[in-house]
Amino acid sequence: MKTLEKMRAAMRRERSLRRMAPDIVYDPDLDTSHGPILYLENITVSFDGFKALNDLNLYIDDGELRCIIGPNGAGKTTMMDVITGKTRPDAGTVFFGQTIDLLRLNEPEIAAEGIGRKFQKPTVFEQQTVHENLELAMHADKRVWPTLRARLTGEQRDRIGEVLDIIGLTAQCQSRAGLLSHGQKQWLEIGMLLMQNPRLLLVDEPVAGMTGHETERTAELLNSLAGQHSVVVVEHDMEFVRSIARTVTVLHEGSVLAEGDMNEVQNDPKVIEVYLGE
Amino acid sequence: MRLFPSLLDNDRGGRIFMGLLGVVCVLVPIFNLAVPETSPFHMSTYTVTLLGKYLTFALLALSVDLIWGYCGILSLGHGAFFALGGYAMGMHLMRQIGERGVYGHPVLPDFMVFLNWEKLPWYWYGFDQFWFAMLMVMLVPGLLALVFGWLAFRSRVTGVYLSIITQALTFALMLAFFRNEMGFGGNNGLTDFKDILGFNLQSDGTRIGIFLASAIALTLAYLACRYIVDSKMGRVVKAVRDAEDRTRFLGYRVEQYKLWLFVFSAVLAGIAGALYVPQVGIINPGEFSPINSIELVIWVAVGGRGTLYGAIAGALLVNYGKTYFTAAMPEVWLFALGLLFVLVTRFLPAGIVGLLRRRGAEAAT
Repeated sequence: MKTLEKMRAAMRRERSLRRMAPDIVYDPDLDTSHGPILYLENITVSFDGFKALNDLNLYIDDGELRCIIGPNGAGKTTMMDVITGKTRPDAGTVFFGQTIDLLRLNEPEIAAEGIGRKFQKPTVFEQQTVHENLELAMHADKRVWPTLRARLTGEQRDRIGEVLDIIGLTAQCQSRAGLLSHGQKQWLEIGMLLMQNPRLLLVDEPVAGMTGHETERTAELLNSLAGQHSVVVVEHDMEFVRSIARTVTVLHEGSVLAEGDMNEVQNDPKVIEVYLGE
Repeated sequence: MRLFPSLLDNDRGGRIFMGLLGVVCVLVPIFNLAVPETSPFHMSTYTVTLLGKYLTFALLALSVDLIWGYCGILSLGHGAFFALGGYAMGMHLMRQIGERGVYGHPVLPDFMVFLNWEKLPWYWYGFDQFWFAMLMVMLVPGLLALVFGWLAFRSRVTGVYLSIITQALTFALMLAFFRNEMGFGGNNGLTDFKDILGFNLQSDGTRIGIFLASAIALTLAYLACRYIVDSKMGRVVKAVRDAEDRTRFLGYRVEQYKLWLFVFSAVLAGIAGALYVPQVGIINPGEFSPINSIELVIWVAVGGRGTLYGAIAGALLVNYGKTYFTAAMPEVWLFALGLLFVLVTRFLPAGIVGLLRRRGAEAAT
């Protein structure tokens, strides 16, 4: 019987018939009627026996700004990989809103649904200008033929100008992204997220390598984004987390150790043990 | 070139190349047809054909630069698409021979009579029509690239692995085309062509005509490639080359971009092959040999990839060198080619174009 069950799991109708399903278009009316915008339930991911995520359960509310902290190897980046479709979990479900099963979708489809991601190491297109980087990230029809024929409209130019202003790179707009400083690259990548205009932003270590002043501005920016967007920030910098976080989730060994506001979490004996007891 | 003014506005190299090609296209017919043979300024038909052959190689190099220079797909099997286009053209030219073959069969080409075949294999049908053959010149390489690319890119085969399987592809095709039973003339290939569209292939006028057709094809292909790389699609493709995963997370279906670029490039290579065959008068399985595909990557590397005109310059220079060396010092050529590749990779990663640019930038400061 076990084989039969395996077969059924592998041949689930909505997965095997995916190619026949109609093209998914960005849905502005994402169903968040029950509160959360993202549901991660019983997620397990193992690499060669090592469980990077172990029965993880996490819910992100619509419009929330959530910080995720945890020691190295706690599974923070793996969790982002699962949400964005880079890694398939061995078990569990991931839902975006009430209806969108993210495990059915690949990376570009998930991005089109409105989930944007900033990587831990700033990844911008170094050979292209700042302006071109933002243009590439812009929310638009991303199929091949429309992209070949695409010309920037006035409205889109304005939007790029606006974002350049927010990230403070207007003066560098025509220089190659590879020539920017580390902090500026981080900002450019945040700008690219803004151009995508996603419902949910996943931000991996946004202030690594930034100066104090830059960190402050990043905190302001992320705070201003919450509300219209849901933001999930993974960060090591406790000072920074304290300055932006309303709710903090602590991951440890692939599952949630504690959740609450910063003070609650910091006084939680389990958290103290994990962070200080090593 | 006022027809496409905006395309070349920011492309100085392209404008220079177009200008030179235009001048050559005017001068070559004059020196070949109008200047009497006794004059020292007369250009022999041999030279015209040689130049025409270089132009088809330039077109082939352009097709490789489009995918390698801009999208990072290093195909070591692009010679296969070139050869397939060549075979499609060769099949048409074979059927044009008609009763003038050695055996005088009205329909069957000589090699089929020789093999005691009774009738034409089905896949030779239609090739007596020029339009059909031209369609196949583009369709056959395009379809092969579509199927091959779909499988390879969907499975996310990249880098060295992709290069190796493209190499295997062209090798497999070579072995297949060597077999007599395939019906493409076995190791002799297709040859003894008589005429094209009713014009005698040996006449000077026809040779000039094919030379000009090659120049026009190269020009149009250059403009098409320039249009693609300057469009937003071109920027997406460059993004794929530099950070494939990142591009995916921005919502682009990377596989689709690679696939269509690869197919377009294969079609260009097929057209190059079709123009090559009537000029050299033969197509045989040797054109599929892996070494050809590797050589052609060297042309692009020498010229400088990711510029389009660099690939053209590289193809012309290396092939001129090949013509010269294989006549003057035949045993040296392969060593010279290998050395050239090593030197370029080591000292000129951006090729000759990169060197000229650097010199230009130094002179400007």
